[in-house]
Amino acid sequence: MKETKKYWKGLEELNQEPEFLQNKDREFPEYLPLNESRPSDSSKTEDSSRRDFLKLMGFGVAAASLAACETPVKKVVPYVNKPVTVDPGKAVYYASTYFDGDNFANVLVKTREGRPIHLTGNELSSINGKGINAQISASLLNLYDSSRLQKFQKNSGDQKFTDITKADADKEIISALKSAKNIRIVSNTIISPSTKQVIKDFKAAYPSTKLVQYDPISLSGLRQANGGIIPSYRFDKAKAIVSFSADFLSSWLSPIEFANQYAKNRKLKKGVSDMSVHYQFETVLSLTGSNADYRTPIKPSEEAGYVVALYNLLAKKAGSATYSSSLKNISTSLTKAADALWSNRGASLVVSGSNDVSVQQFVVAINELLGNTGSTVNLNTPCNLKQGNDTALANLLVEVTNGEVDAVVFYGANPVYDSVIGSKLAAALTNVKTKISFNDRIDETSSLVDYICPDLNIYESWGDTEAYAGKFGLIQPTITPIFKGLRSAQESLLTWSGNTQSYYDYLKGYWERALFTAQSSDILFDMFWDKTLQQGVFETTKVNVVVEENLEELVEEKKSTDLSSAAALIAKTFKPSDGLELVLYTNASMGSGLQANNVWLHELPDPISKVCWDNYLAVSQTDATSLGYVQGDVVKIVAPGIAKINLPVLIQPGQAQGTMAIALGYGREKAGNVTERLVGKSTTYIRNPTGVNAEGKQAIGSNAYPFVNFLNGTVNYTATGVNLTKTGTTHPLAQTQTHQTIMGRAVVQEATLAEYKKSADAGRYYPVVHTSKGAQKPNEVDIWAAPASSTKAEYEENKKNGVSEDVVTHDYPNHHWGLVIDLNSCIGCSACTVSCHVENNVPVVGKDEVLRKRDMHWLRIDRYYASQPEMDAYANEADRLKAKSDAKKAGYSALENPADNPEVVFQPMMCQHCNHAPCETVCPVAATTHSTEGLNQMTYNRCIGTRYCANNCPYKVRRFNWFNYSDNAVSEREFSAVNVPANDDLGKMVLNPDVTVRARGTMEKCSMCVQRIQAGKLEAKTEGRKLKDGDVVTACASVCPTDAIIFGDMNDPKSRISIAMNEENQERNFQVLEEINVKPNVSYLTKIRNKA
Amino acid sequence: MNIKAISRIIRSTVAGTVFFLSLVLVPVLTNAQEAAAYPTDEATVKAGEKLFKLNCKSCHNIDSDMTGPALQGVTERHSIDWIKSWVRGPKTMVESGDKEAVALYNKWKSSGYMTAFNLKDDEILSIMGYIETWAPPVVETALGTDIGNPETPAMSDDTITLVLGIVLVVLVLIIIVLVLISALVMKSLKGKELSEDETDFVEQKHNLLTVITHPAFIGIVVLLAVVVGLLFGVKKGLYGVGVQQSYAPTQPIPFSHKIHAGDHEIDCNYCHTGVRKAKHANIPSPNICMNCHNQIKKDSPWIAKIYEAIDYNPSTGEYGTNVKPIEWVRVHNLPDLVYFNHQQHVKVGQIECETCHGPIKEMDVVYQYSPLTMGWCIDCHRKTDVQAQGNDYYDALLKAHEASGKKEPMKVEDIGGLECSKCHY
Repeated sequence: MKETKKYWKGLEELNQEPEFLQNKDREFPEYLPLNESRPSDSSKTEDSSRRDFLKLMGFGVAAASLAACETPVKKVVPYVNKPVTVDPGKAVYYASTYFDGDNFANVLVKTREGRPIHLTGNELSSINGKGINAQISASLLNLYDSSRLQKFQKNSGDQKFTDITKADADKEIISALKSAKNIRIVSNTIISPSTKQVIKDFKAAYPSTKLVQYDPISLSGLRQANGGIIPSYRFDKAKAIVSFSADFLSSWLSPIEFANQYAKNRKLKKGVSDMSVHYQFETVLSLTGSNADYRTPIKPSEEAGYVVALYNLLAKKAGSATYSSSLKNISTSLTKAADALWSNRGASLVVSGSNDVSVQQFVVAINELLGNTGSTVNLNTPCNLKQGNDTALANLLVEVTNGEVDAVVFYGANPVYDSVIGSKLAAALTNVKTKISFNDRIDETSSLVDYICPDLNIYESWGDTEAYAGKFGLIQPTITPIFKGLRSAQESLLTWSGNTQSYYDYLKGYWERALFTAQSSDILFDMFWDKTLQQGVFETTKVNVVVEENLEELVEEKKSTDLSSAAALIAKTFKPSDGLELVLYTNASMGSGLQANNVWLHELPDPISKVCWDNYLAVSQTDATSLGYVQGDVVKIVAPGIAKINLPVLIQPGQAQGTMAIALGYGREKAGNVTERLVGKSTTYIRNPTGVNAEGKQAIGSNAYPFVNFLNGTVNYTATGVNLTKTGTTHPLAQTQTHQTIMGRAVVQEATLAEYKKSADAGRYYPVVHTSKGAQKPNEVDIWAAPASSTKAEYEENKKNGVSEDVVTHDYPNHHWGLVIDLNSCIGCSACTVSCHVENNVPVVGKDEVLRKRDMHWLRIDRYYASQPEMDAYANEADRLKAKSDAKKAGYSALENPADNPEVVFQPMMCQHCNHAPCETVCPVAATTHSTEGLNQMTYNRCIGTRYCANNCPYKVRRFNWFNYSDNAVSEREFSAVNVPANDDLGKMVLNPDVTVRARGTMEKCSMCVQRIQAGKLEAKTEGRKLKDGDVVTACASVCPTDAIIFGDMNDPKSRISIAMNEENQERNFQVLEEINVKPNVSYLTKIRNKA
Repeated sequence: MNIKAISRIIRSTVAGTVFFLSLVLVPVLTNAQEAAAYPTDEATVKAGEKLFKLNCKSCHNIDSDMTGPALQGVTERHSIDWIKSWVRGPKTMVESGDKEAVALYNKWKSSGYMTAFNLKDDEILSIMGYIETWAPPVVETALGTDIGNPETPAMSDDTITLVLGIVLVVLVLIIIVLVLISALVMKSLKGKELSEDETDFVEQKHNLLTVITHPAFIGIVVLLAVVVGLLFGVKKGLYGVGVQQSYAPTQPIPFSHKIHAGDHEIDCNYCHTGVRKAKHANIPSPNICMNCHNQIKKDSPWIAKIYEAIDYNPSTGEYGTNVKPIEWVRVHNLPDLVYFNHQQHVKVGQIECETCHGPIKEMDVVYQYSPLTMGWCIDCHRKTDVQAQGNDYYDALLKAHEASGKKEPMKVEDIGGLECSKCHY
């Protein structure tokens, strides 16, 4: 811990607001749960009486006795033909690939009894390794989404859909296509080479076909500036990284891969004391910005100016020509960034999140100037992600509006919702005679089409991917298609183009032709196929892929102009505006909104703001104060003539002043059944009915896509001239940030790299306990030990008599499980939180309960803002502003607000599995006990729900089941709607059969994935061998893209965890709240910032 | 002190004592009948089983005649001394003219004389113990007998009989003393001057009706009935909620384990494929049935049900696609809150199937043999040795166990087998 630093979880803590102070010492802010059985509309308020209790108890005993009279008949249904590879009760893993148009990862799918139940990355993948992100982790639930269509649909007019057989649909569609003059296939990025071949075959049958690819979050400008390709980036080779609004750890291009690379270069250990330095210039406090060593808040209109200014600074050093920049004052951080880049020429990297071609041209020029091309920027293995072409999208709208298109096929795309042409396209679609969609539900786009031929879910389908040139992945089905009436989109296209082959055969044929020849290790194709299928990935440098014909609209690619005209265009385009500037961004949980019906993602707090179940208008504290907004005020946001939406205000520390931000991906009205099911459910905190957003529409959050616009030919995610008006209503935001406070104790320990180089234990806090023996380390003190003897002779005598005054320790004869979490590697992406949800059947409780601080996450990521204490010497914001204006009047420079640009620390927090656990000693029924392997065990069937343990837990990691979150359709509350995995028949298929679904009134918490430990041990025992390091991995550690979480056996001196704790990073290793001496088995490594 | 009060105390004491006496007597008498004549403890029976298999099994079955007679009930037919002599020298006994021996010899003349066995007294007793305890649903394995009866009292039957006997004697003595005191008091009172009230009391006549209609008596009886009823009810009733021991549901196809596993000695693993490698033993799928039944018993209406499920045409020998899984009724139901894994127990722990599933080879209809209660699980974890030899996984644990200085082999309990998270997570 830094003595001079102050850590705070949210503004309410920083400003010490009354509500925060009132609740901060309470584990449970409300003492008693509300009586669920009481009718909500009734005015009766008396609580259950003693007589009621006796009645219920009597009834309970009688009912239990009666129920015992007859054995309930349970059926057991075996396979008819049991597959040889499947044994009920044994997990089978399949290598596959996930790609939804935006997120990409080679994955390993864990299945039980033919059902996928958990995902990790594929360690053989050179792209993402074992890492995946929160959205991919949660994508399993889409497979079991009961909103999916089960049969082909035909629009019988007025958006009323009726079932149609495949044969009838094929007949009608083929005849319509045959007479169609112009056919357009509209899709998000397609990275499947075989699918492209399918489309090519389709084009052969229908020559007027053109493919229009677009991306909801477009990087068209980046592609154009690089001459039609996107290079691959190597953050692990970059010693200096400068990013302009590119959130490359969370959403930009290939975030899982970049997070992995980024962390590799920032891991410290004995002998490795260098790490990259990272400068971030951005508007929104993004995940990437919060990990940066230096972060500078800038307005979106200034961004281009900053890029040009950086170019100029470097060009001066290199002696090249400079260009005029609109940036008046060059900030010191930019100068420092330029110096860092220059001194690391050839091993540095500059990226920008902008979709403007001119800006990206300057970024390309900067990297060339620095000699990064070829080292950190590689043009030889271009990236196939983000192939969307903004010009093609604009042309599509023109063609459709002019009635030139006869048939349009929407393949994995929902442009009416998530594209810049959304509402205009929706209106113009009536001009198209035949409209077909492959979408799996009746969403914003497919509700307007004539035929819906739902595609299979990715976990049910065959397929392939080529994310980077030469880096192939296979997609294989991990479950039989759940709905028999469906067919893969590729097979539909093949059928319509007259090919009766199954897509599986087609895919194999394609691989035999195109890829089998590109390798030499296998002689037979079947060997090659089986091996690739088993490994999931295939890499080659000599690809014999059939040369791709340009299927897309042959657009005149905007020729790369020279830098001077680009600079002129920048100067013309980006001008500072008077009002607040709006930025549209995507967050780690919802992304572009594709998975808007996924409750795991809605329940996942935004990594920075910790808001769940909503998007919001983020503004800075200063702007909120001057506009008179408080958090939760609903504001009408109007871009005249373009869009207007209502959103609640969130005051976001770190948000650039004079700007506001809205997350895209929310406000989907046709995402699925979760919002429908929420209708009529009672709530206490939410003023609007549940499932209804601040605009009164049945949706979660509000849709900000209408603000997206075209600028200089590419899609622009910023807007100026946006007016705000306060509506006078409020909409509470479910924010988990101050739910589990550690009450001002020192929990984060950090240092700067310079300090670390001086002493490896820089930033460590060594608590001292003063006893009669003098100052002692906490772990040398034991309240259970006998009083200290005064002489040595007495000590010996006592020892002889069995009276120990030494510290009592547990014996761990075989294993001693533990976790080490490197705060320097943890980027806060929250993949672990979702993975834990999936693995451990953690319930989803819904917005209303989250507002009551009853979220159930076993693993939360505490996000602390950090600031220098002298800056927050004021009681409240008004005082500070007064002091600020006084200072201004007196001629001093304005004092900085700690919330203007705080540092951020992420700390994953789960049960610390204390060896001297405070929870264990207070349980009256011994429901939580210590194991001989160091686990703090929680026995649900023994728990009677006193909640003493949670009150006694210093880490606030115990979660109480206030209600029956499973099978609870009778409740007036939201659980049946939001806790899909334990209520919906289809949703239940995602549950892990090895983990109990907890009942009401029981406590739960992180078990360190004891089911995985047991399974790993059983495998070792079966094979009669010792357990190896890596045989057991917890769900959180198994998906961590940065390898920040290390799980293992601390008894094994050769395990990674032992090496990390004892050899590599002994000095950095600390336990949270060491002073209370509960001896946790989870420890952390200090955070080191590369900063002066 | 009031005479009335004294007298009432004495009388109620007598009544109470008699009542308790009756309560005590009944179990003592029944218990006496049930007292075992042969050792039935685990070790002896196990030894007996070994000896039986080594010496007797080639000619004797326990429940059916073979070369020699069925041995079930042999201890009732003959005295123990007779059995001992017979085992050691059957020919000598017949020749000496022992009536029972001659009769037996004549009945089994065709088999000739039984071989003489030089067995010690305790060895013969242990064989008898084994024969005694052998009876369906009791298994051959000694382990089963103990585990199968989780309510085994902590004290041995002998001790209980002794204690109850002493209580009985004391109670009888108390009654005698009390009656004597009563008589003495009455006698001493006769000569004295008493008030009218007291005279009435002393001279009152007793009859059974007044005793049994007396509120005190009724009160005691009702109280005892309630207490006994509750004890019985809680133990048999509430403890039994959810316990489905001996549950034997009717199955869609009356599959007989006796025929398959017993008579034809098909290995359990042949059909229950998952038992050594997965959590579930696995209910066999019809394709396994078809390995034999595409030839065997093709005309049975029950086999036809298998054909229907797997869509097999026995006349053409072809399979169709209209399959329909068989819905068996689950016999062994564990609650969701407990995790049980067959692989751990059968493969790693090397537990026999019969230990938990009982005499499955004799079951025409499968029933739940074990109570499957937590007490039953825990009991076994306390008693069972870990199969640690030759399994490297247990090296560290064995070392720690040796270091602890315990003489007994390492039990499941010793390596955390009673910890909550072994089964609950």
